[in-house]
Amino acid sequence: MISSANLYALTGSGLFSLGLYGLIMYAHLLRKILAINVMGSGIFLLLVALAYRSPGQPDVVPHAMVITGIVVAVSATALALGLMLKLATHSSSTQLPDED
Amino acid sequence: MTLNESIPLLVVLSSLVPGLIIFGLAEERSTLRIVLNLLGAVIKFALVIWMLWGVYNGQHYELRIALLTDLELVLRAGPLALLFVILSSVLWLVTTVYAIGYLENSPFRSRFFSFFSLCVTATVGVALSGNMITFLLFYELLTLATYPLIVHRGTEQARKAGQTYLIYTIFGGALLLLGTVWLYTLTGTLEFTPRGFVSQLDPSHYPALIMIFILLIGGLGVKAALFPLHGWLPQAMVAPAPVSALLHAVAVVKAGAFGIVRVVYEVFGVEFASSLGVTTPLAILAAFTIIFGSLRALFQDDLKRRLAFSTISQVSYITLGVAIAGPIATIGGVVHLVHQGLMKITLFFCAGNLAETLGIHKVSEMNGVGRRMPWTMAAFTIGAFGMIGAPPVAGFISKWYLGLGALDADQGWVIFVLAGSSLLNAAYFLPILHTAWFKQPPEHWHAEHDFGRHETALALLIPPIITALLALGAGLLASVAVSPLEWAKIIAAREFYQP
Amino acid sequence: MASLINTFINTLNWPVLLILLPLIGAMICFIWPRSAILTGLITLSAVLCCVAGLTWQLLEHGVYRHPVGGWGAPLGIDLYADGLSLIMLLTTALVGSAISVYSTAYLKPQESTRFWPVWLLLLAALNALFLSADLFNLYVTLELMGLAAVTLTALSATRQAYNGAMRYLLATLLGSLCYLLAIALLYHAYATVDISLLAQRVDSSPVSWAAFGLISAGLALKTALFPLHFWLPPAHSSAPAPVSALLSALVVKASFYILLRVWLEIFAPLGAGAVELFGLLGMLAVVWGSIQALRQTRLKLLIAYSTVAQIGYLFMAFPLASNRPQLWAAVLYLALSHALAKSAMFLSAGNLLKYGGHDRISDLDRVVQRLPLTAAAFALAGVSIMGLPPSGGFISKWLLLEAAITQGRWDLALVMIFGGLLAAAYIFKVLGRTFTQAATTHEARAVPASMEWPALLLALGAIVLGFIAIPMFGLIHIGDAFGLGGVQP
Repeated sequence: MISSANLYALTGSGLFSLGLYGLIMYAHLLRKILAINVMGSGIFLLLVALAYRSPGQPDVVPHAMVITGIVVAVSATALALGLMLKLATHSSSTQLPDED
Repeated sequence: MTLNESIPLLVVLSSLVPGLIIFGLAEERSTLRIVLNLLGAVIKFALVIWMLWGVYNGQHYELRIALLTDLELVLRAGPLALLFVILSSVLWLVTTVYAIGYLENSPFRSRFFSFFSLCVTATVGVALSGNMITFLLFYELLTLATYPLIVHRGTEQARKAGQTYLIYTIFGGALLLLGTVWLYTLTGTLEFTPRGFVSQLDPSHYPALIMIFILLIGGLGVKAALFPLHGWLPQAMVAPAPVSALLHAVAVVKAGAFGIVRVVYEVFGVEFASSLGVTTPLAILAAFTIIFGSLRALFQDDLKRRLAFSTISQVSYITLGVAIAGPIATIGGVVHLVHQGLMKITLFFCAGNLAETLGIHKVSEMNGVGRRMPWTMAAFTIGAFGMIGAPPVAGFISKWYLGLGALDADQGWVIFVLAGSSLLNAAYFLPILHTAWFKQPPEHWHAEHDFGRHETALALLIPPIITALLALGAGLLASVAVSPLEWAKIIAAREFYQP
Repeated sequence: MASLINTFINTLNWPVLLILLPLIGAMICFIWPRSAILTGLITLSAVLCCVAGLTWQLLEHGVYRHPVGGWGAPLGIDLYADGLSLIMLLTTALVGSAISVYSTAYLKPQESTRFWPVWLLLLAALNALFLSADLFNLYVTLELMGLAAVTLTALSATRQAYNGAMRYLLATLLGSLCYLLAIALLYHAYATVDISLLAQRVDSSPVSWAAFGLISAGLALKTALFPLHFWLPPAHSSAPAPVSALLSALVVKASFYILLRVWLEIFAPLGAGAVELFGLLGMLAVVWGSIQALRQTRLKLLIAYSTVAQIGYLFMAFPLASNRPQLWAAVLYLALSHALAKSAMFLSAGNLLKYGGHDRISDLDRVVQRLPLTAAAFALAGVSIMGLPPSGGFISKWLLLEAAITQGRWDLALVMIFGGLLAAAYIFKVLGRTFTQAATTHEARAVPASMEWPALLLALGAIVLGFIAIPMFGLIHIGDAFGLGGVQP
């Protein structure tokens, strides 16, 4: 019987892998940025799930980490989207060009 | 820092500091530049004479600067070091005068003289270095400082020559570095010691020592233009004449040859090296280079190229003298360090004069040039006779001791090499002399410059005459107490006979 | 008087100032863009003073540890400084100051107003990173640094710059996420993210190895270790010269610092075989990076690939230093020398770019007499990069080479020598062209002294490092970050 904490942890790992797949396989920048967000959410889920180390009171530190992590992720996403828009206006493309 | 510690440093700084100042000078401040150059050269010369006097009276000049806890920068004035330092400081003084005359109106003089001074700094450092790491430092500095001089003219040909030079020398530097580090891991010291510091090692290290010897000699052989590592030298002839004179007579090739002397005598110890069985192959390689260089010189029409191949041949006399591994041959090899320097710089000065005054670059253009420029050609003649080994010029002394030393060490075959090389030397120098003195001069010279009363500018004329006289003097006065020969004897005695 | 100064130096909390000052400076620059340059330069001077104060403090009292706000681990944030942190802070302050002076002349006014707040933010992130004592705080600072670095990359607002920045951003985010995942695993297993506590608790379990794998992969990506270097050349070459210098000299070193710290404190005692993989990738990086550098026709790309190669040396040291911890000091010294030399190179490249309007190596057109100081800076920096004496690069490579031969690692020794040869080849490929005349002579614009001198001073610094190794190694060993236990290096 899988406990709910383990289920969350497994889902988190699954999201991380899914995001990694998306980051590598899709050329469209928006998809890449979303994939990174999916990866990040996976890790946050994992952190929260792992906070239930022992029955009773959950550990607060991972929660603090997740909150900090979300702040970081939001700013990173904002920067990424901004860059993508700039790139789109400059090259009328939403993909990175092949390396020369 | 005591006085005796600071003097070796001052000898190095006396060319480094003017060099750095000149680098920042504006092009048109030629008076200040000349003053700085000459001041540096004269101060260096005076300091070296001071050290010479001190060493004669039993003073000890040594400076140690720690780079790492067990790695030191050591400058030390031993007899061998002094021999080379005197040679370089005298020839620097002379070449500076010459270069001032030679580059009178050409562009980028500040850069030229700056790197020129750096070259001398590196050479003097090579001479004074008291351990392998210091030697390596200055040896690499020499590579870097000569590069801008070779590409000085900024033509595509010059860039290519510089590239070739670097490929050879950087590769050589890498071999030297590898050998030095390897040696250090075995011995834990790199201090130059008479009779070497590796002979106490366990015999199980002997194969490694042979490899190290090959690496070190390979690294040094590049600058010493040992076959097959000589390819850069003829190409480097695109540089201005004072550079060729300095590079070929003193700085680069001598640093290599001097390094070989150091490695054989003061790292391995010549007796230990010959018991390892590495000196005979080195002697054969040197002998081959001597004959090979002479043969190639025979077929060069370009005067500077002919001199370059002659250098390849002559520098290997030093290596040969070292590799015969006997006391008398050592004297011959070590003294040739000085003699070849004096003679070859004379020849290059003269070649530069011909090019600068009459636009002559080729042997075939030299018809009757002796009548137009008698003093220059007289100096050239002395140099050439010295190279051939005719008494009483200095070259004779070297060859005499090399031959005696070879017989003494039961290496009779060397006599044939010496004789063959002398014949070849005669074969490529005598036709030049014949052309210059006895053929009819042409109506008009290629690109003649008028220098008034004298055959050429005085700054160009006096240096070769001085060096020619020195070469003659070193031969005639070989038995005087301060002659290069007597110094070489002291050095050889220290290596072979002292406990 | 002396005791007064002493008290003054010891009462001030230098590390906190090191983080706060640039942060405040960044805000001021953001709010009053007109005084950005002045604010920035004042901040940098203050940071230099703080680093000097911290150096004094560490020399007098040994390592520094400070619980911010009095909370303490595990909930609070601890600041920690030892010789390892100090040397990184010192590098950052010195290189950062030189680059700051340079940027005042290099950047156009509108670029400058955008540059200063972000650069000071980057500086705050770097300082905080070097002073962090726990893995999670390292993550936050790492991310801050990454975002600031990406923003700076995009500063010139061209298509190439956006491209480079985007690639860089994706790489750096992926790297941080791997690192964050490792933190989650470690926290789950050992209930702490404090480095020294982890060091006591960690054991050889699958979780700790998985965490180490993730940390290594993530940080290797951020440090641009071959074959994860793909993002570096476009990012570093498309940014403006001062930014390229910051990225190559400081930013990649920061992620290397974390890797080194984590390795030394947490995973090395477990006796990992991973060092061999690091060594192998390092060797490949040296060879591949150098060959790529040699193939480039653009100066800035050449320098960027040279960074890829030089990072290889840092990783090649892992197999050697794991048997001989004294060697870590040499690795750090190499990182420091590289920071100085590489920033000098990028700044020189910037001068050449301003001067001739292009950075095609084949058309450098006699810069050696037109910009002698710049050419000298490039050449001197090259000496350290090639590892020729006397320079910081030489000292480090000598120690590494000696260790390689002593340990019978001829593969590493030969790659080091070969890498030096290749470095000489690509550096002289550039220098040779500075003497010749280009086929098409171009318009030459004057380069102000405030651009030539920072480059030259940085390059001279790399040379001077060749002579001051003993005192510098003394600084590095404060707090015994390499676990020598009193053994003299």
